[in-house]
Amino acid sequence: MIPAAFDYVAPTSLDEALSVLAEAGDDAKVLAGGQSLLPILRMRLNAPEKVVDLGRIEALRGVRDGGDHVAIGAMTPYADVLGDALVREHAGLLARAVETVADPQIRHRGTVGGALVHADPAGDVGAPVLALDATMVVVGPGGERTVPAGEFFRDLFETAVGDGELLTEIRIPKHTGWGSAYEKFVRVSHQWSIVAVAATVRVEGGSIAEAKVGLTNMGSTPLRATAVEQALVGSSASALADACAAAADGTNPPSDLNGDADYRRHLVTVLTRRAVQKAMEG
Amino acid sequence: MTAVDDRPTTEIGTARRRKEDARLVTGRTRWTDNIQLPGMLHLAMVRSPFAHARINGIDTSEAKAAPNVIAVMTGQDIADIQGVNITAWPITTDQVNPTHLPMPLERVAHTGEVVAVVVARSAAAARDAAELVDVDYEELPAVLDLKAAATDEVLAHPDLGTNKSAHWQLDSAAQGSGGDVEEAIAKAREGGIVIEREYRQQRLIPAFMEPRSTVVDPTGEQVVMWTATQAPHVLRFCIAATTGLPESKIRVIAPDVGGGFGGKLQSTPEEFITLAVARKLGKPCKYTETRSETMVSAHHGRDQWQKLTLSAEKDGTVTGLKVELLADLGAYAALVGGGVPVLGAWMFNAIYKFPAYQFNTTNYYTNKTWVDAYRGAGRPEATYAIERLMDELAAEVGVDPLEIREKNWIRHDEFPFTTVAGMTYDSGNYEAATARAKELFGYDELRAEQKRRRESGDPVQLGIGVSTFTEMCGLAPSRVLGSLNYGAGGWESASIRMLATGTVEVVTGASAHGQGHETAWSQIVADRLGVPFENVEVLHGDTQIAPKGMDTYGSRSLVVGGEALVRAADKVIEKAKPLAAHMLEASVDDLEFAAGRFTVKGTDKGVGLTDIALSIWTGHDYPEGLEPSLDADATFDPVNFSFPHGTHLCAMEVDTETGATRMRKYVCVDDIGVIINPLIVEGQVHGGLVQGIAQALWEGAEYDEQGTLVSGSFVDYTLPTTADTISFVTDHTTSPSTSNSLGTKGVGEAGTIASTPAVVNAIVDAVRHLGIDDVQMPCTPERVWKAIQSAGGTQDAAPAADAQSHFGDGAPNQDPAAGTTDGAAQ
Repeated sequence: MIPAAFDYVAPTSLDEALSVLAEAGDDAKVLAGGQSLLPILRMRLNAPEKVVDLGRIEALRGVRDGGDHVAIGAMTPYADVLGDALVREHAGLLARAVETVADPQIRHRGTVGGALVHADPAGDVGAPVLALDATMVVVGPGGERTVPAGEFFRDLFETAVGDGELLTEIRIPKHTGWGSAYEKFVRVSHQWSIVAVAATVRVEGGSIAEAKVGLTNMGSTPLRATAVEQALVGSSASALADACAAAADGTNPPSDLNGDADYRRHLVTVLTRRAVQKAMEG
Repeated sequence: MTAVDDRPTTEIGTARRRKEDARLVTGRTRWTDNIQLPGMLHLAMVRSPFAHARINGIDTSEAKAAPNVIAVMTGQDIADIQGVNITAWPITTDQVNPTHLPMPLERVAHTGEVVAVVVARSAAAARDAAELVDVDYEELPAVLDLKAAATDEVLAHPDLGTNKSAHWQLDSAAQGSGGDVEEAIAKAREGGIVIEREYRQQRLIPAFMEPRSTVVDPTGEQVVMWTATQAPHVLRFCIAATTGLPESKIRVIAPDVGGGFGGKLQSTPEEFITLAVARKLGKPCKYTETRSETMVSAHHGRDQWQKLTLSAEKDGTVTGLKVELLADLGAYAALVGGGVPVLGAWMFNAIYKFPAYQFNTTNYYTNKTWVDAYRGAGRPEATYAIERLMDELAAEVGVDPLEIREKNWIRHDEFPFTTVAGMTYDSGNYEAATARAKELFGYDELRAEQKRRRESGDPVQLGIGVSTFTEMCGLAPSRVLGSLNYGAGGWESASIRMLATGTVEVVTGASAHGQGHETAWSQIVADRLGVPFENVEVLHGDTQIAPKGMDTYGSRSLVVGGEALVRAADKVIEKAKPLAAHMLEASVDDLEFAAGRFTVKGTDKGVGLTDIALSIWTGHDYPEGLEPSLDADATFDPVNFSFPHGTHLCAMEVDTETGATRMRKYVCVDDIGVIINPLIVEGQVHGGLVQGIAQALWEGAEYDEQGTLVSGSFVDYTLPTTADTISFVTDHTTSPSTSNSLGTKGVGEAGTIASTPAVVNAIVDAVRHLGIDDVQMPCTPERVWKAIQSAGGTQDAAPAADAQSHFGDGAPNQDPAAGTTDGAAQ
């Protein structure tokens, strides 16, 4: 498993990274945690001329309190997100999803930002970021811009991050006091999600006041189950099934060795009900 | 000197930590890929992306011009010396065999077949240049599906005129070991029970830890090959038989080998190509494959359709069993490939007293990776079929699956027992193992919980699966192999060298690749010769150090190689005896040997074996006419197999809403005779269980319509990890084997053979009340859920309405909801 030869650059600042990218144009690939890119290179599915490693840019790493939101540096490894008190308190759904990613080794190398830009629809951080109405901070030659999570995922492996741009931060509005659950369905523990459902709810008086539901691997991008979210408002824990029955509406799941599209459409309704139920419990 | 006081009185039975492990876990390993030789060149293979194609031309010019490339060779370039990858077991004298050249000259017959090799100064340069080799392929129609292959509409090898390799039959009436199976079935159709089922044994990938690697040094008088193999001796024979190199000019070394599971029991194209290239260039060469290459080119396992007809009396007493297998050999007859299904011939009848039996296998070629032994080789397939059938029979009769087994199994007082297939089982006690397993399992409590869940309509149902397996191990009596047209013997060899300073070298022909031979062999010798465990050095895996051997597979090393070792040790003692008598000035008849010392009966006079070794090494004073050596060799050819058995009980929860399954409890009580090292046994059982469970739940090699291996990496070939398994409860009963003096039976494959049907039986048991009588392996959540959907999924559904159905004309009796794993269905 030897990749084709490439030039390797490891800038130590964001500005330097951007200028390297501007210079390299189409021939560069950005390396974050490397958990997807390196296998791709080693299997020679891609052969970029230049690999730009963001691993030495300290400013892209870490979680900070942004007041009304939690700001997560794009290069923060899953393991750091998982152990972060701010994330656990104000963006519990993301923590629930991150703890299901692959295995401990991968969680220590892989980064949240890397996974989001890679945009594998079976990845586990897209759906919670989408459901939590995060804002993505993208920096490029023209400066910084923000993209709502709902506009971030364009297609299979395609996001709003353009050539020469970098995702630098994920800002998650605080969902303090919301219950959350990530129902991930896999056959073996280290597998990509066959289907997963990210649900977070605000409960008032035993019924749902607000619900947010994201779906993993039910289409070419992470999806938001808005019809379910609306139907859930006012529901109690014992009456979730009807509201969740619509979870597959508007989805276009893949068929593969783990299950065909019909099976995934069925699975997503069961997992949505279970996720919401668990979220209501805390 | 408390260390001496703490020494166990016998090494056999002691849970010694493996002496190999300190070196292995601290990185002082000698994997083949670690080997660096001066001037060594590196190889990269160019492999066919097509399942079946004509090679119209290969343009190597660009690759040859790439930096640091020494040579690019095609099949034509090494045609004179590349040899042939032969099969050692043509199961019939008229078996049809396609010639398997390491690098084909004209046509590729499966995806991943090597068409060219790049030789460069570094592995990276070789890999880079391999991308530049331009092969002009003309795609040919490929046959991928086993049942399609049987129609001969598309041929895997057009020149052969058929896809059929051979048909092999064992018939109890014809060989005089039992009645006529057709009569038994006809009678049962009148007034008894006939269970007809068709089961799929999906294709599996052995997935050993260490990818294969070969280093060849052609610069000495002998050509030396280091290779990640289970079978250095067999490989040397294959090289000598087909490449023109005299056997005496070949030295094959299996250094540290990281697992095999049968997958390294082969003579591979890659080994032969590396050898040919090294000889052509006169330089040491190394080839190490990537995991992706392993998946597509190292041999696969299993891959059968099993058509089964069991007849019984109304009360569940079995009267006959007819087995008709279709076996997929892949593109070529591998070393033992055609014989793997045949190894099941004696095992479908298992522990049950069938009065009539017939076994058939018809082997076919397809344009897929070749198939050969994978942990269990033929016996897991057989055990799966019969243990699934016994559950079906129990359901038909309406009794507990253990009850139907007990009604039909061989009782402990009936051993040795000659079966309807003609094998004589040495020893066993199915009653004792089953009683112990039930106790450890909490069988009655789990049955009660199952009933509660059914009655309350719990979305999570509970099922209990039973597997009361046996297997034949210890391959094999050479005369039996000869009668089966096998190309070699089944003996094993051992040598013991008594060194002057009191330590002992043991040479074994069994080539370990993770089994712990060095530890177990040391324990046996320590007990037998009365020398400290630490003073025994076990040498193996090198045709120069261990010149005679039949290597390691088929749970044979201990039961055959261990017995050779015992006999060599006994010869050492016999040789030492007259020398001891001489030193003690006593009569040979007055000597006793125990704990490493000869003593004169009734006196305190004695001399240690190691003292004799020193004395004889000096050669200063020994009786005339005797040879001044204690060293001894022994070759043991077994007279029978040994037959481990056990009762495995598995509880599975099935989530009827999603089809997900979860293992709740797994208990196994295996009877493997006398245990040399309980810790090694425990490791073998646990690892074996996981591999068998993985066939039931997770693993399957899947091809698409083009013949591309879809499950070509561990992303899609879902290999379990510890996170996916539970803690197993294991125990043993002990019925010493009578086939060897140690009383041992093999354990390397037992867990794998037994566990698969236990798991699937548990899943089917959990949902049988919904009208389900089968779920095809691997039992994915999707398959389980779809089975529930198509069965109606309600509590009221008729239980197994088709249990009495008969085979239509060529129609499978497989639950259509279970989907198919053949070809491109997924």
